[in-house]
Parts: sequence; C-alpha cells; structure tokens
Amino acid sequence: MTIKEIEQQIIDEFSIFTDWMDKYEYLIELGKSVPVIEESGKQDSNLIKGCQSRVWLNATFNDGILYFTADSDAIITKGIISLLIRVYSGKTPAEILEADISFIEKIGLQENLSPTRANGLLSMIRQIKYYAAAYS
Amino acid sequence: MDKITDISDIRREFPALEQSVNGKPLVYLDNGATSHKPKSVIDLINEMNSRTNGNIHRAVHELSARTTALYEGAREDVMRFINARHREEIIFTSGTTASVNLVANSFSASHLKKGDSVLISQSEHHSNIVPWQMACERYGATLKVLPIDDEGNWRMDLLDSMLTSEVKIVAVAHISNVLGIVNPVEELVSRCHNRGIPVFIDGAQGIVHSSVDVTALDCDFYAFSGHKMYAATGIGVLYGKKDILEEMQPWMGGGDMVSSVTFEKTTYAALPLKFEAGTPNFIGAASLGQAIKFIENIDHTLLLENEKRIVEFMRDRLIKIDGLKLYGNVDNKIPLFSLSIKGAHPSDVAMIMDKMGVALRSGQMCSEPLMKRFNTESMLRASFAMYNTLDEAQYFIDCLKRAIKMLV
Repeated sequence: MTIKEIEQQIIDEFSIFTDWMDKYEYLIELGKSVPVIEESGKQDSNLIKGCQSRVWLNATFNDGILYFTADSDAIITKGIISLLIRVYSGKTPAEILEADISFIEKIGLQENLSPTRANGLLSMIRQIKYYAAAYS
Repeated sequence: MDKITDISDIRREFPALEQSVNGKPLVYLDNGATSHKPKSVIDLINEMNSRTNGNIHRAVHELSARTTALYEGAREDVMRFINARHREEIIFTSGTTASVNLVANSFSASHLKKGDSVLISQSEHHSNIVPWQMACERYGATLKVLPIDDEGNWRMDLLDSMLTSEVKIVAVAHISNVLGIVNPVEELVSRCHNRGIPVFIDGAQGIVHSSVDVTALDCDFYAFSGHKMYAATGIGVLYGKKDILEEMQPWMGGGDMVSSVTFEKTTYAALPLKFEAGTPNFIGAASLGQAIKFIENIDHTLLLENEKRIVEFMRDRLIKIDGLKLYGNVDNKIPLFSLSIKGAHPSDVAMIMDKMGVALRSGQMCSEPLMKRFNTESMLRASFAMYNTLDEAQYFIDCLKRAIKMLV
C-alpha cells in the first residue's frame, strides 16, 4: 500500500468515532498494543525530548526500505506514534521524503502536532524525514 | 464600592470563566502558571491602549501626565499592598524572572567574588536557579543547595551549618510552585540575618496566596509577577531595601535611568528609576495597581476560608485514589496539588481532562531538579485561584477518576 492509501485507511477507521472519548479510547488501545522498546534500547541517542513526554525512535535500513520502531512514556502519544509508524515504516526513503501527510489533521488530532505541545511528535516526524534523507 | 463577600460575585468579574472549552464549561485550574483578569483590569488596559497612551516621565502633555500618574500611582498601590516603607523600594520589572536577574546581576557585581557562595533550596523554580548559576559562573562563586525532606520541607536542621561566611546571599521561594508548601521564610530570614546574610525571596506564588508584609518579614528582596495575581503579563516587581538598592549599580542602561549623560561619564537617576531602563511597561504597571485595588476590595476572610475548604476537600479526596501520589507536605499548603498516578502519564491525564474542559499543567513545571528529587519525569498539577469553587474541585476529582479509568 502507498502512504496515501494507508492514510486513507486510518481516516476511514477514525470516521466511525462520533465523540472524543471513543477516539481517545482507541488511541489508548493502540498505544497499549504497540510493542515496547526494551529499556536497554532507550538511549539518549534515540531519545526525542519533549517537555511533556519522551519519545524514542529507532530506524533500520534494509534492501532499500526503512523500518521504524518507536516508544513513548505517554500512552496517547504512543497511540499517535503507532499511526505514524504504520504510515512511514516499510517505505523507501524517496516515498517518505515525498509524502506530505495530512491524516493527523483529518482525524482531528492536529493539536498534538503543535510545537507548543512539546510532546516530541513533531520532532519525531522531522527525525523520520531526516533518516529518509540520510539513506536516500 | 461594597466589599465582595461571595465567590460567585468574584466569578462574575472574570469574563474568561464564562467560556466553554471543548464543548464543556471551562474549569481553569492552571492558575499557578497564570491567572485570569477581572473586568476592571481589562477595562483599564483597553482604555490605555485605545486612549490614555503617552510615554511616562518624559513629556509635559496631558496624556503623558495621565500615564505617569497611573504608573506612579501603581507604585504606591504596590507599596501599600506589601507594606514597604518607601516608594523608592518598589522597582517595576517585566516579571519575577527579570527581578531575579536584576538582583543576580547587580547585587552579585558588588558582592560576589571568587570562593563565595549563593545558597538556594532544592525546591526552586528554574527562574530562581539559573540566574544565580550564571552569576556564580561569572564570579567564580559556588551555588549551594539547601536540601528538602521527602515531604518537600526545607531541611532547616541543616541551614545553620550551611550558612558559612562564604555565603553572600540566600535566594529562596516563599511558596513552592510545585509543592504548594508555604516555606518558613520568617525563620530563615531571621537565621540568615543573625549572620549578616541578606535574603532574596521569590514570591511569584507567595504574593497570590498570603498577605505579604515585607517590613514584618524583614527580607532584603521580594520579587513577584503581575500576571499570576490578576494583572497583565509582562509586569513584575522587585522590592528591595532602600539602603541595599542604593549601593547596587544598575545592570541595564538607557532611557529614564540616568541623571546626566556625557560621552565620558553617566550619572544615574535616583531610586527607583535607576533600575528601570527603557520605556517601562506602564500599561502593565497600571493594570497591577488596578488588580491590587480589586484584591483589596474582597473580604479577606472569604478568600482564606475558600482556600482552606478547597485544600481540605482536595486532600481528603486525592489521598483516597488508588495509585495516586501527592507531592509535598499536605498540612501546610496553598490550593496547589502536584501528583502522579501509577500507570498513567501526567500528559495523558492532562490531555483527556482538557477534553472535559479542565485546564491543568503537566510536565516538569520548570523545576527539573525537584522532579529528580522525587524520582519522576513529570507531574500533573491543579492550582486554584480566588475564583475557583468547591464544585469545580468536585468536578476535577470526578474527571480525574474517569481519566484514570480510561488510562490504567
């Protein structure tokens, strides 16, 4: 699936939620189901520091494809991370660099990407793009 | 004007409290960060922005005379409010942080040298750490830290042994912005003065939740901000004892702070203008004067009783919640509660409660060393102001329980 198709799939999934409670409960569920990064894998070198919560991002490059894993100490942030991983992981650096993702806004979570939230999500997207640029 | 004797009458004065957020009536519990403003303050700010605008102290025209009167009138209001002896002791700054920086620069320049020390406490806000750290680095001095116990109380038993002859100033908060503890500043001031050491007090929270009397307290400096006490942002105060301020040299130059300027030599203006370089925030200062008048018009017993009720209510409910850890001595605090919950990150709780209309603070609260002291990365904080009610406290507890249920 292309990045655009995955984005559309996520938008469709979120369209069934009529109120914020359901949406956040789903994000929490997603956050809880993401495989965690072992404590030993949480280093300062892969830490994206926000004032609110911390995010760890790992990247591996194999046969021209970038794979990402990530973790956070905040569960809602982790839920949103899992969506970003779904979109970006397993794609080529060129696809990642070209992608101009808009699904976060379309599912009504754009406030989580505001720089003032300082939860590391915006920096995480920047870091993903940085990896893509480094491997392209 | 009749004195305000009811919380609902106070609430009516604050237009911000009438709004809904995320479809829910706003329950604003982030007052430790900044408070809302009453109509009288907003009206004055609007009036000055739209009509009564002229630079102070400089011109003979009518508008300048009016703004100067408002600015200097506010200085009198502050003086009365904290019971200072002289108007020269009230310096307007841009806020508490600027006041700390003023003293950390000007006082240190003439008092700190290599081998000296500055003593702060372990529960300080970054604003009362970093400026002193910078001053210590500049003069080769050492920053010493008075530890706190597991309940957040100052280790007063260690104080005397730490007040060595190298300590040139002690800088501490009146009330902790994280723990809400009212620190024993009277005792600290008296013990420091026994050794001839001056004391700087960060009163950012203290000015809001206690009756500050700088003459009785006898502190050498007391700093606070307007925006946490119902005035505009960008205005603050440094109170300093006249004799100490007299001997300090200004650290910022320009504007109204001079007596005479030649290319060879500048002589400085008398207090307080010596420390007010550049066009001051005269609208902010006037708003602070107005906020003080607003506070003075409220029955003081009403405020004390409301705070006490909220503290008791919150404490009794919070300690019953499973997995909840409340930080700081619960028997000596203002209505400000920092907590953590097992299995729920503070930012997650704050995010969910925001959707319920409750405004909270989460994170390190500008107190990273204090977070480390309690082995945590972040906390959730609810801080109340004079306009908050028991009903809001109840709503907070209900929402907190719902949020925990969703997360844990």
